[in-house]
Amino acid sequence: MKTCSKQDGRRGFLKKSASIAAFYFTPASLVKTFAIDAVVPLPIAKEKLAITINGKLMNLEIDARTTLLNLLREDLAYTGTKKGCEMGQCGACTIHINGKRTKSCMQLALSNQNNKITTIEGLSDGVNLHPMQAAFLKNDAFQCGYCTSGQIMSAVACVREGNAKTRKSIQTYMDTNICRCGAYQNIVDAIEEVATSGAKI
Amino acid sequence: MNSNNYHTILIEDERVDGADKVTGKAKYTAEHSLPDMAYAVFVTSSIAKGTIKNFDTTKALAMPGVLDIIYYANCPAVPGYISNAAERPKNVFEWRGYKVLYDNKVRFFGQPIALVVADTFENANAAIRFVKAEYEVEKFETNFDKARLDPANLKAPVNYKRGTEKKFKEAAAFVEAEYNIPIEVHNAMELFATIAHWEGEDKITLYDKTQGPKSTQSTVAKTFGLPDKNVRVIAENVGGGFGSGLRSWQHVAAACIAAKKLNRPIKLVLTRPQMFTLVGYRPQSWQKIGIGADAAGNFIGISHEAISNTSRYEDFREGIVEASKFLYASENVDTKYQLLPLDLSTPIWMRGPGEATGCFALESAIDELSYKLKMDPIQLRIKNFTSVNPENKLPFSDINIKDCYAYGMEKIGWKNRSAIPGTVKENGWLIGYGMSVGVFGAGKGVASVRIVLSNDGKLLLECAVSDMGPGTTTSMTKIAAEAMQMPIQKIKFKLGDSDLPPGPSQGGSGTTSTVGSAVDLACKTVQQKLKELAIQYAPPFAKTSADALEVKNEMVVLKTDAAIKIDLMALFKLANQEKIDLTITSNGKNAEQLKYTSNSFSSHFVKLAVNQKDGTIKVLNVVTTGDAGKIISPKTARSQMLGGVVGGIGMALTEKIDIDHASGQIINASFGAYHVPLHSQIPPTDVWFVNKPDIHMNEIGAKGIGEIALIGFAAAVANAVYNATGKRVRDLPITPEKLGYKTAKA
Repeated sequence: MKTCSKQDGRRGFLKKSASIAAFYFTPASLVKTFAIDAVVPLPIAKEKLAITINGKLMNLEIDARTTLLNLLREDLAYTGTKKGCEMGQCGACTIHINGKRTKSCMQLALSNQNNKITTIEGLSDGVNLHPMQAAFLKNDAFQCGYCTSGQIMSAVACVREGNAKTRKSIQTYMDTNICRCGAYQNIVDAIEEVATSGAKI
Repeated sequence: MNSNNYHTILIEDERVDGADKVTGKAKYTAEHSLPDMAYAVFVTSSIAKGTIKNFDTTKALAMPGVLDIIYYANCPAVPGYISNAAERPKNVFEWRGYKVLYDNKVRFFGQPIALVVADTFENANAAIRFVKAEYEVEKFETNFDKARLDPANLKAPVNYKRGTEKKFKEAAAFVEAEYNIPIEVHNAMELFATIAHWEGEDKITLYDKTQGPKSTQSTVAKTFGLPDKNVRVIAENVGGGFGSGLRSWQHVAAACIAAKKLNRPIKLVLTRPQMFTLVGYRPQSWQKIGIGADAAGNFIGISHEAISNTSRYEDFREGIVEASKFLYASENVDTKYQLLPLDLSTPIWMRGPGEATGCFALESAIDELSYKLKMDPIQLRIKNFTSVNPENKLPFSDINIKDCYAYGMEKIGWKNRSAIPGTVKENGWLIGYGMSVGVFGAGKGVASVRIVLSNDGKLLLECAVSDMGPGTTTSMTKIAAEAMQMPIQKIKFKLGDSDLPPGPSQGGSGTTSTVGSAVDLACKTVQQKLKELAIQYAPPFAKTSADALEVKNEMVVLKTDAAIKIDLMALFKLANQEKIDLTITSNGKNAEQLKYTSNSFSSHFVKLAVNQKDGTIKVLNVVTTGDAGKIISPKTARSQMLGGVVGGIGMALTEKIDIDHASGQIINASFGAYHVPLHSQIPPTDVWFVNKPDIHMNEIGAKGIGEIALIGFAAAVANAVYNATGKRVRDLPITPEKLGYKTAKA
């Protein structure tokens, strides 16, 4: 059964059927891999994961195959992180893992034992917009808004990494994030504005 | 109406839904969750054409969490799948391109052949590999370049002719050449997704990524034999569309079928590779354009032929040859347009649609002609300017393209352009300047808006239209704020739900004009009601007439004496009324407006550099200008134009689908292999609008800009490449190989 710790009660919802819970306790060591045709379908192991998301420690039991992106979106309802390709090519799913920007679709959730995750929902203090969010809004640095979470998470990292010193550098270090609506110029304007403002981000 | 009625933007210029988008709160289709929801994923064909002879789902069904595998042999009866019209219920239609999982035929590589449904996304995904299909393969054709050469493969042409055919070939200056554009794919960032939930035997709610909630509602209703009102389609936030969401695709039907069969909500999200095969694309095209001019540069005639591909099971045609008929003065024009069916899925309008395809050829040809005439290409366009549409003989309701030329020339530094290609260099790079024109029809359709003015001073407007990114929510709010003369913060515009009053699909640059006119009319109707209330209930107005009053700053005011006024809340109190709640319908163009023909125009200017050693093309500067009536929301409009430039750079320089014609498979179906423009490829871009209300077009004076932002842009790049190098590239995208450079070895 997927559970969320009480520390994150507001997101503590369950949706998986109880009928398959029995499979979950099969030890991982019993799951063997074979050539596809030879595989006898086996119950899928559930694994324990301790992970801190936006400052909240969660003790979860999860499907070992779950990506960090799908854990966030499908299991924990952190839908601010977007799914754009599941191939690490578009950047829509960019989050911070222990402060470093990472594409969450390229990570198994389980490889994040004890890691600290920040998503777009955890970027601001909950009252005021983060300076980067405010700059994106002011500079109209998006249209449809779907790549925006990833752009903002990358942008914050880009500044913190020290890669936002020139427009050219911002562009290069933001090539990780595709915007199909084409808001690139406004995105760079927003990042440059934050980088030169001296705001603590 | 005169333009003085429209003062500049009221207050803040940020998107009204922007805060939700920068905080991740805005919910897109796949982000909704319903109790007991199951996950569905497609199994797709690994051949391009044939028949499934054997289908084995045994192993996949035994996989953990798998609930069902739906395919042709067990797909439930769907009324819209009945091919025989006599057997179909009256309110049902059969749409071949929408049918899925209904027979054992494969019509294109990557076609859905089964739908795996499981309790979790992981379980569904794991099971697809265990579904086995054995095929009897048939001969197929995916090679456009080869197939178009045999006239037997082409469908009957659509022809247009005015004046004398081909006469202009004997003109003083004549150019004729062929142009090729590959398949390009919209690839909006949000993956297409549908969540289907049957709330009863004959009642369904869908969360669906669509550009038209009403159109999806109608499609689903007619497929499943339901009254429209029993189908609710919600698309509150749409993560880009660019045309791909202008129809319902097979995944929508599949989700509905699975939800019915399993009697639980189903979430079906496409993968990025499926975004290349299952939701349309800009068709591949071949064009041949000829233009003849006299020695002074006056066009004598234009001939424009085009072929574009469609699928084997549906015809898709678009306006490839349209602009050639009316953008310039020319007595003689003949056009011919044919479809070439291939064993691929069906194309759909992609931003700028056919006009972007056509204007690439037309605007390249005019540039080429200008060199033959030794005339500046802008002067050549001005020479052939017309204020009357030569096709339908109606005057343009407004056309200010020459203002666009003037601004663009100045800002791009046109004076630094040399009329002799390959002669301007900077830092060892060849420098080129190019420009082009884009044009698209400006329509006004039917839309209904509910307007509710409450006694707390808040104004609510509702329409079923969706907002895929241009900022419709924002511009509609601004139109209401201007019409009502009230603060934007007190206004809410709700959209993206088929239960709301009907509005158009968001496409063809028509939303602002159509829905905006309805919003404007709704506000004016409410103002009229307010004036009537004031006359009836507020003593100072008892002897006045509605014409003598105006509504502004949340008050009813006597025009001749501003001291005589009543604020709206007090008025509601006097009238003992809680709110005014009306649903208003605005119709298409009226008789007066139909005396004109309306278009939006754009002109794009590009300065670029070509590396002499390896042919690398770097766009250095762009100026893009729009002549689209009054600009409702300057900030979001500018963003749309910027987006058109980015899309145009992709079309011109990077985007192309590659098909392996041995298998019929698209081999670059990912962002890693299909190259959309990235941050570092985007030059500084200056956006400018004429921003003059088109008073003959509609009540708000605004026309669309979504398409003109992109239409013609690729030609400006190609023309600049020619100016830089002396090489005319007529096949997109323009790559170093096409300039004669060898591709560097990895």
